[in-house]
Amino acid sequence: MQQPNKLTPFFENLNFERDDNTMVINFGPQHPSAHGQLRLVLELDGEQVVKAYPDIGYLHRGIEKMAENMTYNEFLPTTDRLDYIASTSNNYAYALAVEKLLGIEAPRRAQVIRTMLLEINRVISHLFFIATHALDVGAMSVFLYAFREREFAMDLMEDYCGARLTHSSVRIGGVPLDLPNEWINKMIAFCDKVDYEVEHTYNALLQENRIWKMRLEDVGVISAEDALSWGCTGPMLRGSGVNWDIRKEEPYELYGELDFDIPTSDRCDSYGRYRLYMEEMNQSTRILRQLVPMYKESEPQLMAHAPQYISAPKEEIMTQNYALMQHFVLVTQGMRPPKGEVYVPTESPKGELGFYIKSEGEPYAYRLKCRAPSFFHTGLLQKLLVGTYIADVVTIIGTTNIVFGEVDR
Amino acid sequence: MRKYVPKDNVQGKSYYTDRYWVAPRVPRMEVEADSHFADVLKALGKLSKESYVEIGQLVVHIDATTNVEVMTVLKETCGYTQCSEQSAVDYLAKDGEFELFYQLLNITEAKRVRVVCRIKKGEAIESITSLYHSANFAEREMFDMFGIKVNNHPFLKRILMPDDWEGHPLLKTYPMIGDEFASWYEVDKIFGKEYRDVIGPENRDPARIDRYDTKRFSRVGYEVPFDADISDGEKEQAIEYSETLLVDYTTSSKTLDERR
Repeated sequence: MQQPNKLTPFFENLNFERDDNTMVINFGPQHPSAHGQLRLVLELDGEQVVKAYPDIGYLHRGIEKMAENMTYNEFLPTTDRLDYIASTSNNYAYALAVEKLLGIEAPRRAQVIRTMLLEINRVISHLFFIATHALDVGAMSVFLYAFREREFAMDLMEDYCGARLTHSSVRIGGVPLDLPNEWINKMIAFCDKVDYEVEHTYNALLQENRIWKMRLEDVGVISAEDALSWGCTGPMLRGSGVNWDIRKEEPYELYGELDFDIPTSDRCDSYGRYRLYMEEMNQSTRILRQLVPMYKESEPQLMAHAPQYISAPKEEIMTQNYALMQHFVLVTQGMRPPKGEVYVPTESPKGELGFYIKSEGEPYAYRLKCRAPSFFHTGLLQKLLVGTYIADVVTIIGTTNIVFGEVDR
Repeated sequence: MRKYVPKDNVQGKSYYTDRYWVAPRVPRMEVEADSHFADVLKALGKLSKESYVEIGQLVVHIDATTNVEVMTVLKETCGYTQCSEQSAVDYLAKDGEFELFYQLLNITEAKRVRVVCRIKKGEAIESITSLYHSANFAEREMFDMFGIKVNNHPFLKRILMPDDWEGHPLLKTYPMIGDEFASWYEVDKIFGKEYRDVIGPENRDPARIDRYDTKRFSRVGYEVPFDADISDGEKEQAIEYSETLLVDYTTSSKTLDERR
C-alpha cells in the first residue's frame, strides 16, 4: 500500500510496474481530442479499456445558480455560454421555455427568422462536428474545408446579429432585428455551397475512404435500448435506429409546417452517426430554402405583443406614456411570469436541450435546470468505452459530439 | 443599521414588490378521460397522490418512498423508456423540504410525464439507476448541488465541484459569490490554511491587477519604467494628439478644461 506525502506523491501505476496488471492513464483535461475539458481516467489492460471514468466539472461556472440571481432577460446572454458551438439554439431553448411559461407566442416573422437561425446553427454545429471528428481520427484536410464553410455560416450570423460565436440573437417573445438587406440571397448561396460541399468534399473525402471506414465502422456501438436508458438524444439516438426528433414529434416554431425528413441509421456505430450528420445538413438546407417564401409572406412584426411581460416597440415607448412606464418597470424590475413550472424540450444540434423553469411569480427564476444533451452523452462514455481499444477512445469521444460548455454548465 | 437580509434564502430578489401583488398561476388542467395520461394514472392507481396537466405535460405527485415503484410502472407498463432529467428544487426556507422531479419521456406516444416528490432535509432518496442509466449522472449532480443522498447509487460522488468541496452550491443558503470556504479554496489547497494570514484577502485572487505593480504589463495606466516606484502617484503625461487629425482643436478659443 502506498502512503503518499509531499515528497512521494501517489503513483497510480505502481501496480502496473510491479506485476502484469492494469494501467491507469489520464486522458485530458488538456488533450486536443478531449473536446474541451474532459478528464477521462482509463484503466487499461494492454490496449483494451477495462474501466472508464469521465471526470467533468473543469468548466463549471454555475450557470444554473446565475439563473436564480438574474432576471429572465438578463440571463439570456448567459445561455450563449452553454453550447458555444451553436449559441442560438440555447438562446432559443431558453426563450421558448419562458414563452411557454408566460403563455405567449412569437409573431410569424420572428418564428421564420428563429427557425432560419436555428437551422444555420445546426449546420455550423455539424460542420464543427465533422471537422473536429475527422481531425481527431486523422483526416486533417476535412477540418480545413469544413471550417471554411463554417466561416460563411458565421458571417451570416455576424450579418444578422453582429456576433459570431455568442449570438444572443433571440429574445423572449421574438427576435430583436429583422433580416438585413441581401441576407436571404447570401443564405441561399450558402445553402447551395453547403449542399455542394457535403456531396463533393466531405462525402467524397470520407464516405468510401478506407481509413475512415476502418476507424469508424463498428466503433462505439450502442444498442437502441442502451441509448434510451442512458439518456441519449439527437443523432446519438437516431444513430441507433430510433426515429425520434423533437422537431417532428413535438413540433415547435414552424417545424410543423415544414417538409423535411429525419434520417436514421440502424448501424448503431460511429460511421452511421457520421452519415446522419451529413444527411442532417442537407435537411437543414432544405428547411432553410422553404423558409424564404414564408419570410416574404410574413408581416413585419418582430416581438410579441404582451405589454405586461415584453417592452413595447421603441416607437411606442417614445410616444406613449404608459408604454414608457411599463418599459421602465420591465427594465428595472424585470418581468414577473406566473407561478408554475415548465419543461420545454428542443432539438438542439447535439440532442434534446431542455429548460426546466420553476417560477414563484418573482422576477427571478426560483430554479432553472438546463437539460444538456452532452451531459448525458458524457455519462454514456463510462459504458461505451469499456471493452474498446485505446485508439478508438478518440473516435468515440468525437462521435458523441460533446461540448463542455453544456456538460459542466 | 444594516438592512435585514434573510439568511435562509440569499438569492437575488426584486428590490420592489407591490404589497398587493398576487402572482397568477399557470393553469393546471384536469386529465382528460380516454387520453394517454388517463391510462398512465390508471396504471399508477393509488401511487399517484395528486395529478394534473401543466403546459402539456402530466405532473404526478408521489410519495418519495415509492419512487422506484412508480418508475417501474411507468417504464414497464406505460412505455416511458427514457428519463430525460432528474433534479431537485430547494424549498428548505419555506417548507424545510426538497422537491425532486423526474422528467420522463415516452417516445412511442411522444408524451412527457414529470414525477414530483418531496423529501425532508437530511432524508435520502432511492436511486433509479437500475431502471434508467441516465439517472447515474443526474443523481450525482443532484447530490453535488443539493447534498441529497441517494441510496444504492453505484458511484455517488461529487461530479461538477471538486471532491474536497464544502457546501452545496445550488442551495438557497449558498450565496452566488461563494462562501468563506470557496474564497480561500485555492490558498488552502496550495499553501495550506496557515497561509491565509500571509496572503491576505487582497492577494488571494490571482486575476487581481495591482495598480502600483510596475513589474507586470497587465497594469492599467501610463507607461512607466520597469519596477519604478509609483506608490506616490504616477508622473503626469501630456496627452498627445495625432497631427493628422482633421479637426484642429488648438485653434479653438477655449481650452478643454474651460469647456467643461
